[in-house]
Amino acid sequence: MEGLIRRKSMKNPITGLSKVFESRIRLGVMSVLMVNEEVNFNDLKEMLEVTDGNLATHLVNLEENGFIKVHKGFIGKKTNTTYSVTKSGEKAFTDHIIALENMIKGMK
Amino acid sequence: MNETSQQTDSLQDIKDIRRIMDRSSRFISLSGLSGIAAGVCALAGAVVANTILKNYYGSYNSQGFFSGDDFSRLKIRLAGLAAVVFAMAFASSFYLTWKKARKQGLPVWDYTSKRLAWNMIVPLVTGAAFIAGMLRYDIWIFVAPACLLFYGLALVNASKYTLSDIRYLGYCEIVLGLVNMFFIGYGLWFWAIGFGVLHIIYGIIMWSKYERK
Repeated sequence: MEGLIRRKSMKNPITGLSKVFESRIRLGVMSVLMVNEEVNFNDLKEMLEVTDGNLATHLVNLEENGFIKVHKGFIGKKTNTTYSVTKSGEKAFTDHIIALENMIKGMK
Repeated sequence: MNETSQQTDSLQDIKDIRRIMDRSSRFISLSGLSGIAAGVCALAGAVVANTILKNYYGSYNSQGFFSGDDFSRLKIRLAGLAAVVFAMAFASSFYLTWKKARKQGLPVWDYTSKRLAWNMIVPLVTGAAFIAGMLRYDIWIFVAPACLLFYGLALVNASKYTLSDIRYLGYCEIVLGLVNMFFIGYGLWFWAIGFGVLHIIYGIIMWSKYERK
């Protein structure tokens, strides 16, 4: 995580890297949502091994960036909030991965 | 910070992304040993069933007739045996998978295993209900093919949610079930091959591919 933050200050010749994904947790959320249509809060928390508050903050950030959609639903009387990736989120994530790959390849 | 450490970061990111994608989309703790255990249970069950059937037909031949009582006793025995074999196979496979998950430090009952279980249960319960329906009309000859076909379809369906190799086991079960349709009366043999031999072969392949150190 420190490495990712430090990278921000470097001048980067490779476009496509998104600042949003400099957080490990946001990167993790996107990774999960890319391969699963819809995942609820508790399952995300379990998969990424993070605390409630921490995850909630990052989810809000991703939603504000338009990368994920939030669906508020109910199972019986309990709220069940699920998350899924948006078209622009999908594109940003794919571009980010391509940029990462280019970085690995290009700097040899 | 130099280029190499930046590269290492990127590489680490990619590795993390792949790991999270794998872990969150498929249940990867299914143990090959589970397959072997289930296969052994099925073979043992088939041997016992064979003995029960031999005794039944043996008494039928020597006495020259058979009573309805004998037949219903046979049905109850075979159904009981099937239940015991299923319970043993399920318990032993579950235990071995649970052990593997604990070794990997992964939860057994999480998002991926719930989804895997549900996608197995739908075709399996459908198959079980269908077979129960046939038995209501005393149609026994299609029990073994129906078991193999529905189980095979369940596995093909489940392969999207666990290690995908299980798909090939599913194909084999389906083919075996269809071939069995042309060899009615050899159901127990096909059943023993499908649930016994194939499970053991599959288990050994999976174990040597993913678990052998």
